[in-house]
Amino acid sequence: MTTYREAVREAIRTAMTDDAKVFLMGEDVGHYGGCYAVTKGLLDEFGEQRVRDTPLSESGFVGAGIGASIGGMKPIVEVMTVNFSLLALDQIVNNAATLRHMSGGQIGVPLVIRMATGAGKQLAAQHSHSLENWYAHIPGIKVLTPATVTDARYMLAEALNDPDPVIIFEHVMLYNQDQILESRPEDYNAFRASVTREGSDVSIITYGAGLSKALEVADKVAEQGVSLEVIDLRCLRPLDSKAIFASVNKTGKAVIVDEAWLTGSLASEVSAQICEHCFWNLDAPVQRVCTREVPIPYPAHLERAATPQVEDILHAVNFVIGK
Amino acid sequence: MKLHISREHLTNLLSEMIRIRRFEERCAQLYTEEKIRGFLHLYIGEEAIAVGVMQAIEEQDAVFATYREHGHALAKGLDMKKVMAEMYGKLSGSSMGRGGSMHIFDHQKKFYGGNAIVAGALPMAVGVAMADKMLNRNSVTLCFFGEGAVAEGEFHESLNLAKLWELPVLFVCENNGYAMGTALKYSESEPVISKKAESYGLISCSVDGMNVVEVEAAAIDAVKSIRNGSGPQLLECHTYRLRGHSMFDTQQYRSQDEVKQWLDKGPIVQMKSWLLDNDYLNESEIQQIEDRIDIEVNEAIEFAEKSEFEPVEQLTKHVYAEIAGMD
Repeated sequence: MTTYREAVREAIRTAMTDDAKVFLMGEDVGHYGGCYAVTKGLLDEFGEQRVRDTPLSESGFVGAGIGASIGGMKPIVEVMTVNFSLLALDQIVNNAATLRHMSGGQIGVPLVIRMATGAGKQLAAQHSHSLENWYAHIPGIKVLTPATVTDARYMLAEALNDPDPVIIFEHVMLYNQDQILESRPEDYNAFRASVTREGSDVSIITYGAGLSKALEVADKVAEQGVSLEVIDLRCLRPLDSKAIFASVNKTGKAVIVDEAWLTGSLASEVSAQICEHCFWNLDAPVQRVCTREVPIPYPAHLERAATPQVEDILHAVNFVIGK
Repeated sequence: MKLHISREHLTNLLSEMIRIRRFEERCAQLYTEEKIRGFLHLYIGEEAIAVGVMQAIEEQDAVFATYREHGHALAKGLDMKKVMAEMYGKLSGSSMGRGGSMHIFDHQKKFYGGNAIVAGALPMAVGVAMADKMLNRNSVTLCFFGEGAVAEGEFHESLNLAKLWELPVLFVCENNGYAMGTALKYSESEPVISKKAESYGLISCSVDGMNVVEVEAAAIDAVKSIRNGSGPQLLECHTYRLRGHSMFDTQQYRSQDEVKQWLDKGPIVQMKSWLLDNDYLNESEIQQIEDRIDIEVNEAIEFAEKSEFEPVEQLTKHVYAEIAGMD
């Protein structure tokens, strides 16, 4: 068994071993070992030039990562959490996402940014939000959301090989997740959705921390003879719409699970696309299971109530199958 | 510091400044004819800085500039035809027409824009310098910005990072006294910019940005010592924008008298009279330079006029690299 945290660390270690141009920088990635202990040990292994602790200057060091990638290096920039990345939005949105376009295709930004996202650790309203959808809104960047140990291990290399900026969101509740690390499939593609569990009655479309909850629901309803198909989006931009439509056209029912706030969520986009493209095959209204419209509260019971839980997904599944 | 005061070199400095001036005067005219649209920020009055500083660098050195970057692009050696076509938004432009006046790029010439977010380029300049240092390239990155950028956090973050990691960057502050219409005294508690750089441990120097020879000398000194490992430095050039911030500026924030005073101190006027007074050039030689430049600008306009707009079918190009197998 391997933890998600170990898988990410191994992915970084392999990338740095394979290519001398890959380096890591971010707040507390070196001497502290990473806020979530992901990068522990890498400083000793690769030295201060390639594992750089940065000052608390999100805009500065993310921008420096953009510059370094233009200059021929392959930076992995770690931003501690998505909430802090808002201080670097200017660099990500105004520079990383636009340079290729503004320069008429001349200047690419092959940069990888990793950050933690999501609720569940009682870290309250400035450390718990799921804002990956904001980034998925922006043409010019790609957004990956590894939900499994296998993806945590293999997505990074794909991101580093990509000629465009890729942001990887690691959900904080997944770091301790223990799974069997599968070997890398030959046709591995980080930028496509996958059917994690095949089924025929309802499509559950989710990503990140929603995946394990969706699978739990699938187990529960299977006992009652209901067959759920679970789609792990894996990549929020570009969105693998074909995989979504193929599943929904088959089942005729869709429940989308997304830890962002309901209004303007990625779930809303997926729902809109389903309504536009699968309307005549739908047997029930599309359901979104998202976070309630409130900043994430500190107390555990309120945090839990705010975010999508197994019982919320179960409720939505029961609704679409008419139970 | 030894100055290049050969006749040929001085003539070249003057002619580079006139090239930028004439190019932009024609742009202003083309703007009123609605050939050029969007925002147009003219560098008129500040030419000595781009021309002077650019003398200090080599081809492999990268340059980052602002949205007032026509002068820097031309001084870095971009083809005037392509720059003019970019102003027109034509496919033959330096950014295939996608950027316009504020986003001129040339990857081969290491000219990285063309950035319309104040201070937005500073962190990237730090990053390019970091790559150069990690790859042992012995290059120096130039980063131009106005004094308005000094109020942005990215200025402070970038100077700190550059010094912390001893990166080869020359930060060039073009202090024209106004951030759009806000005078420095209304925005900075400490208006002496070199003090801010010094607080991060950077060597810094202030020069008369209207004097191209003085700018050149200071830039050569700075770049040389950065290349020899001094770490980043800041060069502040005091200058004045003789036109409005953009073509929409009614200039309520400054008096006509003030503008008039600076007109006499303009970098081209100053240099012309110095060259004439010291018998480096005569009137007819200057006229010849101007005639030659007029031909170059006319050819650039003709090129832009005749160039094609990009077909709408290509609208979504240049968002991502084209990779085989991707939709």
